[in-house]
Amino acid sequence: MTTSLAAQINSVLAALILLTAFGLLVQRRIYGLLHLFAWQGLFLSISTALVGYAAGSHHLYISSILTLALKVILLPYILHALIVRLQIRKEIEAVVNVPTTMLIGIALVIFSYHLTAPIMELSTLVTRSTLAVALATVMLGLLMMITRRHAVTQIIGFLALENGLFFAATSATYGMPLVVELGVALDILIAAFVFGIFFFQIRTTFESLDVNQMAKLKEED
Amino acid sequence: MKTYPLITEILQIVAVLILAPIFIGWIRMVKCWLQGRTSAGLFQPLRDIIKLFYKEVVLAENASWIFRFTPYLVFGVSVLAAAIIPILSTDLSLALTADAIVLVALFAIARFFTALAGMDIGTAFGGMGSSREMMIASLSEPAMLMAIFTVSLVAQSTSLAQIALVIGHGPFILRPSLAFALLAFVLIAIAENGRIPVDNPATHLELTMIHEAMILEYSGRHLALIEWASMMKLFLFASLGIVAFFPWGIGEGSLKDIPIAFVLLIAKLFIAGIVLVLIETGLAKMRIFRVPEFLGSAFLFATLGMLSYFILE
Repeated sequence: MTTSLAAQINSVLAALILLTAFGLLVQRRIYGLLHLFAWQGLFLSISTALVGYAAGSHHLYISSILTLALKVILLPYILHALIVRLQIRKEIEAVVNVPTTMLIGIALVIFSYHLTAPIMELSTLVTRSTLAVALATVMLGLLMMITRRHAVTQIIGFLALENGLFFAATSATYGMPLVVELGVALDILIAAFVFGIFFFQIRTTFESLDVNQMAKLKEED
Repeated sequence: MKTYPLITEILQIVAVLILAPIFIGWIRMVKCWLQGRTSAGLFQPLRDIIKLFYKEVVLAENASWIFRFTPYLVFGVSVLAAAIIPILSTDLSLALTADAIVLVALFAIARFFTALAGMDIGTAFGGMGSSREMMIASLSEPAMLMAIFTVSLVAQSTSLAQIALVIGHGPFILRPSLAFALLAFVLIAIAENGRIPVDNPATHLELTMIHEAMILEYSGRHLALIEWASMMKLFLFASLGIVAFFPWGIGEGSLKDIPIAFVLLIAKLFIAGIVLVLIETGLAKMRIFRVPEFLGSAFLFATLGMLSYFILE
């Protein structure tokens, strides 16, 4: 496999990651969100392995396997178990309606392309073109956390944001040192457990996972 | 003046006129098979059209010239579009006169007059159908143009013949932009042709119909022309997709290429019909207020395609 073909396949994977990021942004059903999140993790894992192969940096294989285990299997499983235990079934309420969210998302993609254009000029890596997509994924994750009211969806947005950061690291510098990556992976796992405990706490206190309910915590003026 | 562009032009128009009802027949046939029914055969739409030509025209008393003129205009526009799209060969007499944007405008003219005719008689259904059709049009046209622009960026030209040549003969590159544009195009084609999940062409149920509501008052040869034109529109959208995304095998200015191009066209349409039926069988018709979301995602895909051309290629 030549480097240019690897770069092409990586571009396609980057496009798929961007597509899943948009999918997460507009998806209404919570199980659909989980599936999309798992797909995003899968594309990320394949892309990481591909970059590792093309660049000859073999520690990326380990982070690829780590991504596969954590973001495709373990985290969706934990979230799924949480959703079943919390008995969440209804469709998710978004703050802004779907077409507007899409348009904001498109604007964010253009913004990140504009932002990363000078960096792309400087870089000589095969994967430099995917940096804009990585930044856009981060932005879209952030947008998802802003536009959704439900705590579980916000967590998925946070995890998608982390996916974007990970993708940025692989595409901009061929990955962080392995120690850092292991640390981040562990962090995410711990975070997922903490979220789980928090969900139960929020629900027992407010009898809902709608974070707007937390406005009650404010003291009256 | 060279004669073979003219000959291929005439051959192509005749092919579109005859193949369009057969393509619809094929779609209905596959649908019947999937749903465990017996199909009426490949040529039933063709027989329906012929039957309608023999029927008497019933006109409403208050029908104006718009109502009588629209079927001919819609049919004429479809034939003109059939002459512009390089379906069998890229070397057509009319292919140079118009590009993809003109094609979108041609379909818009046909739709404009159909909507006017729907309102002309003054029945409630006609007006309702027209307003719905225009709502869908206002959303699908930007997405359609965006998808065309994405393909044009790749081919560096809005001329359909040039697009077919560049994409068919260039080195094979994995292009995410074209994949996005194709996805957007499929969604737009479904909406523009009133297929499930946007509209159901087989129903005359009052509250759900869009295209059928506009043409409810037509009968006889008028109805035949409009039905024929809408069959051609679906055929033309399928072949537009083929030209822009799978142009391998389209002939280039010699009559020897035509038989191969014809066989490949049939094969591609065979697959396109099956794909369309699978989409239609897998989905339920959506509420009309979900259509903006459906077309919004088509616009999103087209824009993402354009962006990924700049970002990734």
